[in-house]
Amino acid sequence: MKALSFKDIASHLVLLALTFATLYPFFWMIVTSFRPAQEVFTESYSWLPQTFTGLTHYITAFEQAPMLRFMLNGVIVCLGVLVVQLLTAIPCAYALAKFEFRGAKLLFGAVLLILTVPIQVPALPLFMALAEFDLLDTYFAMMLPFFLSVFAIYLFRQTFRAFPDEIIQAARMEGMGEWEILWRVVVPSARPAIAAFAVFSITAHWNDLYWPLIVITDTSLAPPPLAMMYFADNESGANFGALMASATVLSAPLILLYLCAQRQFVAGITMTGVK
Amino acid sequence: MSDLSLSHPPLRRGSHGALRSGRAAWGLALPSTLLLVGLMLVPVALIILMSFTDYSFGDSSFSWVGLENYQALVEDDVFWNALGNTLRYVAIVVPGAVGLGLLQAVLVHNLRHGRRLYQLLLFLPVTSTLVAMATVWKYLLHGNIGPVNLLLEAIGLSKLEFFGSPDLVLWALAIIGIWGLAGFNMVIFTAGLTSIPQDLYEAASVDGIEHPLDRFIRITLPMLAPTMVFVVITSSITAFKIFDTVAVLTKGGPQGASDVLLYTTYLEGFQYLRMAPAAAMTVIFLMIILGLALVQNLLLDRKAGKA
Repeated sequence: MKALSFKDIASHLVLLALTFATLYPFFWMIVTSFRPAQEVFTESYSWLPQTFTGLTHYITAFEQAPMLRFMLNGVIVCLGVLVVQLLTAIPCAYALAKFEFRGAKLLFGAVLLILTVPIQVPALPLFMALAEFDLLDTYFAMMLPFFLSVFAIYLFRQTFRAFPDEIIQAARMEGMGEWEILWRVVVPSARPAIAAFAVFSITAHWNDLYWPLIVITDTSLAPPPLAMMYFADNESGANFGALMASATVLSAPLILLYLCAQRQFVAGITMTGVK
Repeated sequence: MSDLSLSHPPLRRGSHGALRSGRAAWGLALPSTLLLVGLMLVPVALIILMSFTDYSFGDSSFSWVGLENYQALVEDDVFWNALGNTLRYVAIVVPGAVGLGLLQAVLVHNLRHGRRLYQLLLFLPVTSTLVAMATVWKYLLHGNIGPVNLLLEAIGLSKLEFFGSPDLVLWALAIIGIWGLAGFNMVIFTAGLTSIPQDLYEAASVDGIEHPLDRFIRITLPMLAPTMVFVVITSSITAFKIFDTVAVLTKGGPQGASDVLLYTTYLEGFQYLRMAPAAAMTVIFLMIILGLALVQNLLLDRKAGKA
């Protein structure tokens, strides 16, 4: 093994500094959740808590607000959205990848066009429709706009195109129907793309503030970002530790998911770049 | 290369190995198509129509007012202020997040040890819950007790009232934006760097291009051009959509200095329920986003055409 060159050492030093700056907010959040508020509000800096408060702030956070409920709301919305996205996008992507049909070009053109259109654009009419049918303040309202994922359609179309036609035709010869071929033959081969999309979708919807802010006023339905916004609005110096404890708890699930599925995260991001 | 005996009579092969079968295909595509029409095409059409009316939420009737909403926006200082702030924010975040992402990618790419660990850690902000981390940043940048200001003081500079000063608030939001976006760009740049053929560098050595900076400017950057276009455009779109940090930290303040396009639209439409002006602002927002996407397509197509 070659010794580290000057260039390597310089790179490591710069990267260590950047990593430090990147991680410092996480460090500070966790440390603050374990120290008394008066330590935060002094001008003298200390790296670690002078007085270690243990789980006090966490207990306060859980007593003051239904933290588990907020996280459950996040889980329900993320899973509901993901299931419908997969069930609708996969067949559509398969049709676009492996069939020639009238309107296919138009359909794919619409998919490409909408790829860059964010939720903020159709938000007003969707809100009005949900209000009209008395559906505001429901899980359904939180999930509805995201049932359509043109990104999923686009991504899976790319994946399915690489699937050999011969296998599909052989399956047809055996008398399998199109839906059966799709779910039993084609989809299993696309598992990595599906996993990458799942991680991508869960991240996006666990972290989304905009849409829940619009359709949810009932606190008990709030997903984590909306809950965090309530806390931040009501925050006072006295329970600052509890605020950081809440922030730690509500962001922990995604960070754990990321640490477990880092490869899928990176694959998902990279796939957004292969246009 | 396909075995002819496999091709079933009613399923003739199409141009790129696709299978012709219209009804089955539409059956597969129907659920998504309905969602596409109901959740996107119709709402977008309604937004555009609504921007030419005087509709307010709850009204039982409306009338057509032509371009009045747009004219009102052109004369509205609040709108121009929000648009200007958004553009200023984009102008800080895009170079910051693209430059930092590129720096991280290049440094990590050339390492022999620790690549994966650096990537793992530098990407962490992208997956974090931005609303939660925004409350952390608010205190990191606090005018008196924030560690960032304690650091500034320690190196002999004066403290900055990041969230209290109209001149600094966009910079504070931009720091959070760059922090949240750089890791994403790093991953895309890394993919771009990996796809540059190694023999280009070897050929360059033969031609006497040896200095690392020379190699970077003459080989790496030109080869990264398509990736660069993609990263700059997606970063611009992401930055243009700034909403969360404004809603949670500043609510547009102080004195409107952090009013941004989506936040103003949100207040107009969902707080004051003035749907028509909000629709006009949404149409303008949509035009900007589609314009950016169009620029990307033109640039990348031209690149592809040349190659």
